[in-house]
Amino acid sequence: MSTEHIDDVSGISTTGHEWDGIRELNNPLPRWWVITFYITIAWAIGYTIAYPAWPMLSSATSGLLGYSSRNDVKNELAAAELAKGKYVAAIQSKTVSEIAADDALREFAVAAGGATFKVNCVQCHGSGAQGSKGFPNLNDDDWLWGGKADQIQQTITHGIRFASDPDTRISEMPGFGDIITPEQITQVSAYVASLSGKVQDASLIEPGAKVFAENCVACHGANAKGNREFGAPDLTDAIWLYGSGEAAIAAQVRAPKHGVMPAWIDRLGETKVKELAVYVHSLGGGE
Amino acid sequence: MLDNTQVERLEAEAVNSAKVRQPLYAARKKVFPKRASGSFRRFKWLVMAITLGIYYLTPWLRWDRGPFAPDQAVLLDVANRRFYFFFIEIWPQEFYYVAGLLVMAGVGLFLITSTVGRAWCGYTCPQTVWVDLFLVVERAIEGDRNARMKLDAGPWTARKLVLRVSKHAIWLVIGAATGGAWIFYFADAPTLAGEIFTGTAAPVAYITIAVLTATTYTFGGLMREQVCTYMCPWPRIQAAMLDENSLTVTYNDWRGEPRSRHAKKVIAAGQPVGDCVDCNACVAVCPMGIDIRDGQQLECITCALCIDACDGVMDKLGREHGLISYATLSDYNANMMLATAGGSGSVNPSLVRTADGLFSDKVAHFHIRKIFRPRTYVYMGLWSLIGLGLLYSLLTRDRLEVNVLHDRNPQFVTLSDGSIRNGYTVKLLNMIPEPRTIVVTLQGLEGAEMSVVGIDHPAGRSVPISVEPDRLKMLKVFVRQPAGQIQGTAQTFKFRAEDKASFESDEYTATFNAPEIAR
Repeated sequence: MSTEHIDDVSGISTTGHEWDGIRELNNPLPRWWVITFYITIAWAIGYTIAYPAWPMLSSATSGLLGYSSRNDVKNELAAAELAKGKYVAAIQSKTVSEIAADDALREFAVAAGGATFKVNCVQCHGSGAQGSKGFPNLNDDDWLWGGKADQIQQTITHGIRFASDPDTRISEMPGFGDIITPEQITQVSAYVASLSGKVQDASLIEPGAKVFAENCVACHGANAKGNREFGAPDLTDAIWLYGSGEAAIAAQVRAPKHGVMPAWIDRLGETKVKELAVYVHSLGGGE
Repeated sequence: MLDNTQVERLEAEAVNSAKVRQPLYAARKKVFPKRASGSFRRFKWLVMAITLGIYYLTPWLRWDRGPFAPDQAVLLDVANRRFYFFFIEIWPQEFYYVAGLLVMAGVGLFLITSTVGRAWCGYTCPQTVWVDLFLVVERAIEGDRNARMKLDAGPWTARKLVLRVSKHAIWLVIGAATGGAWIFYFADAPTLAGEIFTGTAAPVAYITIAVLTATTYTFGGLMREQVCTYMCPWPRIQAAMLDENSLTVTYNDWRGEPRSRHAKKVIAAGQPVGDCVDCNACVAVCPMGIDIRDGQQLECITCALCIDACDGVMDKLGREHGLISYATLSDYNANMMLATAGGSGSVNPSLVRTADGLFSDKVAHFHIRKIFRPRTYVYMGLWSLIGLGLLYSLLTRDRLEVNVLHDRNPQFVTLSDGSIRNGYTVKLLNMIPEPRTIVVTLQGLEGAEMSVVGIDHPAGRSVPISVEPDRLKMLKVFVRQPAGQIQGTAQTFKFRAEDKASFESDEYTATFNAPEIAR
């Protein structure tokens, strides 16, 4: 366009673009807008100098301020570790019973232990520590090996029937299928079931009691209340690890199942084991 | 008849007059408001003193709330999520009180606008108040209108530099004081003031002061009327709020026109002449730089300084006040009909006057009755209704609350004696700044007992809990029901929290789950 065209109505020059006789007015940009625009350009240049920006062959310019998001994360993690420091130190120096008795420490240990539990324990004990058949419910008040905080710590530290730990908790109920007759098994199962509920044939109870007295009292006790020294379960309560009822009891008498829990001390370390013990103890059944 | 030789004639042109109207992209035309004096100016000084006083002094007021809460009368404690306003303390979940106050402010603005027009803009808007304050500084340093115009047009001399630098320096100090006062609403004012001056306050405090200094300086000192004309949405909305009975600052051309600078000559020629001597005093004092005689316009914030200016001129001329006045559109229209003989001709001011020069009885004047009309009744009613509702809810609100969350995993636990246990997270909210003992009791759920983790109290139907002042206490509660008394897989019962000293209480309905087999 060689000649400037002025719009008749507004008196403003046009850009020279024309579509079917319609022309575009060449209104200047507002001054504040232009100034803001130039400021943003200056800002952008300064920003790319101050912060990591320009891609190079192997990395990018690092910027004069030395900012890096990785460093930020590192610092934040370090700050978090530092904040946890005093609790962790106290947990290391105190026994689990002392930790459980201290409100602030217990709160910290329960939170930390809960996180560890979610990663390492839920596979067997369930996300709510509710257990399932063969895997104990940790919320209830029935403990095979003891429900005091230090007893729980001992169990987590060395595991149960975990061959590679010399201090592991070991007990093994013999398979009575080879020791007593099937009839005796039926009788003793009826007796055990009668301790906490009703049985179909009450006449089996008395001979069952005799079988029990001859074979079972060594571990389960004369009153069938069990013995935590051997992890022998209480047979008089409402909680059954391998199912309730005469049939389930008979199956367990004939060929008992035994759970195995690994020792966690090597994998988690003492602090985390203590936190876990306090967490499990806090679930409602701790003694 | 009119002796207008004593009236100073000012050279002033409205920034938005048709003659000089520019495209919107044009640079700002500077406005040099002349100092006005009169009753509205005095009223504005008073409003300025009160509003600035409230703004700057409120954070320093003390209010004793006992040893467990801050003693600042008005405090927005963001860190602890509490809002203190004299005897009222608001928790975050009670924010609807603030929302209610904002709704009241909105309806109140409608009420004010529909009765006395843009009074908010003219008197109490922070933009208006701070611009007024900045103009006080400008006048004190650079002089009144003519001196300022001369200075502005003149070359850059040492004197001009000194005046300009000191003016902007004082503006910046006012801006910094404005930003400084703002942050005192968010922390203990005396402590924070000490920290600010010793450089130990939080960075956010300094950043806030810097930002508010910049906005105050820019809006109040540099942009002034442009904020109202171009940035503020309210002038546009307010047009919809006004009706024919709303008071607005009005140039009464039914008595002013035809305006003339040479009244004697015009009268001698036998032509009609109005009260306006075209002295431009109204334009010169206008902080928006407009000419009210062009009629009601978007730029006018109704600060009424032109009324003061014009009334001063009318005094000198020996005419009645009110050539420019607060008037309603209906009155104005009625008077215009009168002055134009029913709209048939141009304005003839003699039609509104009697033979002896006084206003005729037919001239309409504003009457206070006009404020009370259906529309304003609706606004007043709505405003009072919301206010009373808030007040009622404030006076009867709970200062003790209990919230309960049932454990989902596991939903229930079977214990060795066959009884069933459910776990709950119980939250006790003690919303007063006093420590309290709150007794949590089970209601319903036959035979059940509860125990609270970490509370050394034997299991039972009720457990006393001491809660710190102004705090929420979270409890882990185990509820246990014997096997024989379980009725159904999901029983409802209540947690009741009661303060035995004040008899305040709250309840929460919860569910107790049990397995099928336990029935």
